Amino acid sequence: MKLFNKILFYVSLTISAIAFIYPFYWMIVASFAPENEIGSLTLLPTDFSFSSYLQMFKKIPIGKSFLNSLLVASSVTGGVLVFGSMVGYALARMEFWGRNVIFYIIVFTMTLPFQITLIPQYIIMVKFQWVDTYLALIMPYLINALSIIMFRQYFKTIPQSLIDAARLDGCNELQIIFKILWPNSVPAIVTIGILTFMASWNEVLWPIIVIRDESLMTMPQLVTLFAVGGRAESQLGVKLASAVMLALPIIIAYLFFQKYFIQSMASSGIKE
Amino acid sequence: MKITKDKILPYLLVSPYLLHFGLFVAFPVIFSIVLTFHNWDIISPMEFTGLNNYVRLFSDKIFFKSLLNTLLFLCIHIPLQIVVALFLAEILNQNINFRGLFRGAFFLPVIVSGVVVTILWQQLYGFDAGLINRMLVKIGMNKIGWLTDPNVAMISIAVMATWKNVGLYIILFLVGLQTVPGHYYEAADLEGASRSQKFFRITLPMINPTIFMVVLLSTVGGFSLFIEPYVMTGGGPLNSTISAVLYIYKQGFFYYHMGYAATLGLFFAVIIMLVVVIQKKYVEQET
Repeated sequence: MKLFNKILFYVSLTISAIAFIYPFYWMIVASFAPENEIGSLTLLPTDFSFSSYLQMFKKIPIGKSFLNSLLVASSVTGGVLVFGSMVGYALARMEFWGRNVIFYIIVFTMTLPFQITLIPQYIIMVKFQWVDTYLALIMPYLINALSIIMFRQYFKTIPQSLIDAARLDGCNELQIIFKILWPNSVPAIVTIGILTFMASWNEVLWPIIVIRDESLMTMPQLVTLFAVGGRAESQLGVKLASAVMLALPIIIAYLFFQKYFIQSMASSGIKE
Repeated sequence: MKITKDKILPYLLVSPYLLHFGLFVAFPVIFSIVLTFHNWDIISPMEFTGLNNYVRLFSDKIFFKSLLNTLLFLCIHIPLQIVVALFLAEILNQNINFRGLFRGAFFLPVIVSGVVVTILWQQLYGFDAGLINRMLVKIGMNKIGWLTDPNVAMISIAVMATWKNVGLYIILFLVGLQTVPGHYYEAADLEGASRSQKFFRITLPMINPTIFMVVLLSTVGGFSLFIEPYVMTGGGPLNSTISAVLYIYKQGFFYYHMGYAATLGLFFAVIIMLVVVIQKKYVEQET
């Protein structure tokens, strides 16, 4: 009976794992297959070719969009970490009038659905003439309520003696945050960093709204519009090749930092 | 002099947040309420229309269709997600070799962009050349119009969304399962409880908080459904997959009805907040 159970477990797990991995495998193989074979492909094509990739590179500036995404996601992550730790530090470690009010505003902001601010935020972008600039992609995401709350929680666990000692050594508050607290908050920084970077990297709706200039588009946006618009000309291989390019950077990062990805994303759920 | 500096300092530190909040949260919320009383295409001057947008909303069949679609999506997505995630988490929680490997495989779709998953599943769901229909034909069944049959399309999208997200919920359930004290099971073993008795009498009640959290997270996620129907079906066939966010997007950025799109956004946001508050109240009562 025990052995039977064990076998049942491994069979269920293996079938499930295949259901999660195989579609990705199929996508990659199909992107290298000749166009007329994709419709009947299951395991391996008769011939490998790069023609889908070559055509895609000719049609859309995928390399430029990769750099755009990298620039946007890095700027957003940097801003969220710097500003989040400043605000989180003030809320965790300083006494000032209005502190609780600000804290409750931040908590409230976290529960506010984006559907309500979507249209007005776009109008702000139009009025600031930020449409079709990187600013439109970066500025609204530069500060994030969840990261402030997470920094606040984490900074509360750091012993006061550490901060007092730094102050005696003549550190000002900014030095305390970035030279004393940051090296002692690596888990929080990694978690917030991964969550922010992933969210920014994968965002599609907002870029579609504020960017129309192809040379400024982020990678998921470019691939989305390529797949939706007629430019892939119903060539499956070309569409799949663009999807593979979009998946590749994150999958590579995931292979190296799997543990941190899973921990970060799980903790985001638990904090809700 | 020193005292005043100390007094100002905290405000300097929080000032970036306050600026950001004012510009990107407070002002938009107020402005969106103003917008609901106007017609505006951004280019010509705003035109005051009183309650017109609200009247229009309540007789807008497509908007209510989009709400129903979202509801249908949630009714399939949430139970399916919980059952699959709990099943796999329960197995992974046993004494299993290669646990990390399996967990890593289940988590892969979670980290990949929704666009990739959607493009991929669009091919899997294809009517003639799609992998799923080809397999159905092979075992002697009829092809299904996964994305072309109005009765099926939303279900297909909900199944795909479950495939995409379930890895995250497996991890959350694993964390939940590990909080169940081992001696509960030992006691049950002494009493001669069966595996299913242990699951339904001990495990399920103990991980109730995790289940509620999963419901809450996937509800909020389901309310933001956009990219999947946008790429896969464009909201069709016959508006059977149009989601509320997709409809707001179309009104705002396809027709440039900013006032009406803001009205839809505000109304939908109120519904979301109500649902979340009710769910949270329910959780507080239960625990």
